[in-house]
Amino acid sequence: MVLDKLGKALHGALQKLTRATHVDERAIKELVRDIQRALLQADVNVQLVLELTKRIEKRALEEELPPGMARKEHVIKIVYEELSTLMGRPAQLQLKPGQSTVLLMVGLQGSGKTTSVAKLALYFKKRGFRVGMVCADTFRPGAYEQLSQLGEQAGIPVFGDPKAKGSIELAKRGVERFKRERMDLIIVDSAGRHRREETLMEEMKQIAQTVKPDEVMLVVDGTLGQQAKDQAAAFNAATNVGSILITKLDGTAKGGGALSAVAATGAPIKFIGVGEHVEDLEPFAPERFVARLLGMGDIETLLKRIEEAAWAEEVKPAEMKAILAGKLTLQDVYDQLEMLDKMGPLKKLIQMVPGLGMAVPDEQMRVGEEKLKRFRVIMQSMTPGELENPRLLNASRMRRIARGSGTSEADVKELLRQYELMRKLIKTIARGRIPKFGPWGKLLKQVPKELK
Amino acid sequence: MLEKLRQKFRRVVKRVTRRELSPADVEDIIWELQVGLLESDVAVPVADKIIERVREQLSGRKLGLKEDPRKLADEVLRQAIHEVLGTDGKVDLLKLIDAKRARGEPAVLVFVGINGHGKTTTIAKLAKYLLDRGYKPVLAAADTFRAAGIEQLEIHAERLDLGVVKQRRGADAAAVAYDAVAHAKARGLDVVLVDTAGRMQTDINLMDEMRKIVRVVKPDLTIFVGDALTGNDAVEQASTFDRSVGIDGSILCKMDADSRGGAALSITHVTGKPILFLGTGQGYGDLVEFDPNIILNALFTD
Repeated sequence: MVLDKLGKALHGALQKLTRATHVDERAIKELVRDIQRALLQADVNVQLVLELTKRIEKRALEEELPPGMARKEHVIKIVYEELSTLMGRPAQLQLKPGQSTVLLMVGLQGSGKTTSVAKLALYFKKRGFRVGMVCADTFRPGAYEQLSQLGEQAGIPVFGDPKAKGSIELAKRGVERFKRERMDLIIVDSAGRHRREETLMEEMKQIAQTVKPDEVMLVVDGTLGQQAKDQAAAFNAATNVGSILITKLDGTAKGGGALSAVAATGAPIKFIGVGEHVEDLEPFAPERFVARLLGMGDIETLLKRIEEAAWAEEVKPAEMKAILAGKLTLQDVYDQLEMLDKMGPLKKLIQMVPGLGMAVPDEQMRVGEEKLKRFRVIMQSMTPGELENPRLLNASRMRRIARGSGTSEADVKELLRQYELMRKLIKTIARGRIPKFGPWGKLLKQVPKELK
Repeated sequence: MLEKLRQKFRRVVKRVTRRELSPADVEDIIWELQVGLLESDVAVPVADKIIERVREQLSGRKLGLKEDPRKLADEVLRQAIHEVLGTDGKVDLLKLIDAKRARGEPAVLVFVGINGHGKTTTIAKLAKYLLDRGYKPVLAAADTFRAAGIEQLEIHAERLDLGVVKQRRGADAAAVAYDAVAHAKARGLDVVLVDTAGRMQTDINLMDEMRKIVRVVKPDLTIFVGDALTGNDAVEQASTFDRSVGIDGSILCKMDADSRGGAALSITHVTGKPILFLGTGQGYGDLVEFDPNIILNALFTD
């Protein structure tokens, strides 16, 4: 999830310190070097990194230990504070109640503005707001078509005109129309540009002056390198950037360029894009990110996701009772898997659980995710009767299911084994006992008390 | 181009003016150089390699009376960078097309890369480049994934008065590419430029789709399109795409956006394949042929 790879590298550096028996100057210098390398590999601005690590080193070596605090804890606290500063202050996108909030999206060519416009629109639509999207990109071929296809897909109205020439006029008309229609949020997509294109920068300035957005959001490509700082500064000078959205964090990019943009504009990161689909957007909370780095998990986000997915499909009380009585059917398992799927990739979910965050290897996670996918396909090949009563499944039925789902009989048997395990577990829990042994016991042991 | 790095190098060069290089001198220079390379977006492992090479050459080195220390440093750096930039293969695109044409076949070029780094725009520019030289290209809209991926290419084709082979959105990308090649053969066209969807190198399904396209059309060249503004991720991108489909060359876009071009070093270092062109603007004419000396000269000329 968020800035994952940077997180791992920093986490590693900190773990080395935690394992050290004695925290002396050498250990601190080593920590500082590790952090430096992690940040540089993540594309954070070089000067920014040098300043930050110098500050960490100086504070760690010179600051007096607060009473009752071990040196190790103190150093970790310093790292936490300095990294938090680097991440920027926490902030959310607030919509003005009873009025239209206008959001203008700007950024370099190919950073992902149009896709992000649709993602943001869907994000707010899901939360019950009325959203309109305005295409003010009259430059790039297919820009309007792209936004209108995305709008159609997500059920969100789009204003634009592929034949129009003047982007300023177009933006104005679009915002006016959606204001008349009393939209809660109006998102304006603009053409990509960079700081050496003076006329285009000037045009963007005029769009901003004309539509008077409540907030200008800078879209930053997660793979962007050292140019992030200067480019962001130029955008900020022209339009006063109010927040940042980082894209393409589903690849291997570490997104450090966006942190340079935070430093250059003083604007906070509010959202991150984590995939190709319109649902792949997450709000960003810097303090949670840093907390997760230090192994505290991100329970809040996890709960929010569960809540969101549950909106779509609520378990009826009667069903719940039956399940707790041990009458778990395969249909229930299937529904659960569907819900899990709505919450996003398993990997992202697991990482939010305290203590599990960095503990599960990527490869294992991928295998797990594929297995779940296979389970779903297998269940899709079963009849309703089989889903309700798995005891019906004899060898010939299993063969049919395996063939129908393009899997093997071993896969079907594994699903049944897992189902049996789950049924027993729920029965045990329903009787008020928490299993202490076996794979589930092992997993539950890692969950902190407050959650049980 | 690469102004910043050049300035840094000049500064380093000026510092090597004493007759003997103590280890401390060398480390000082190395540090400056490291910062300079990183600030120019050379990926950390690639910068490490260049630096290693410079350190080897400089440590314990004594200067002869007539030896100019500035020249020495210049040479050492040049060599180290050349080692990274220099590749065995040189791709002569036009010659390749001519050779195919002599056999009555179209040359097939497939363009791959991550989202938003300039594939479609580059294809339009390259089509213009080929048109200007008397070739007959056709475009294949094999980006059937992104919203309006097909429309974007179509509009370029219309403006350049070119044919484009397409199906609807969501269609099988490999089939579109295959159709385009068949179309070119039937009509006696010279070059098929296949536009593919941008994909993150971690997306297993889309990487499989790309492998399928390459398997089906067997391109003469698979070209990686990179963004000159990319930082460390350039290494990951180029190496993953290279591993998946085998890159024959690269095109680096957005060089005009004040790029320091370090990505050029990162990409060539991991693929071992040359950069063919640089994208330098939003117009159709903004495509220049690459020559390693462009970068080297930009680095070392006052």
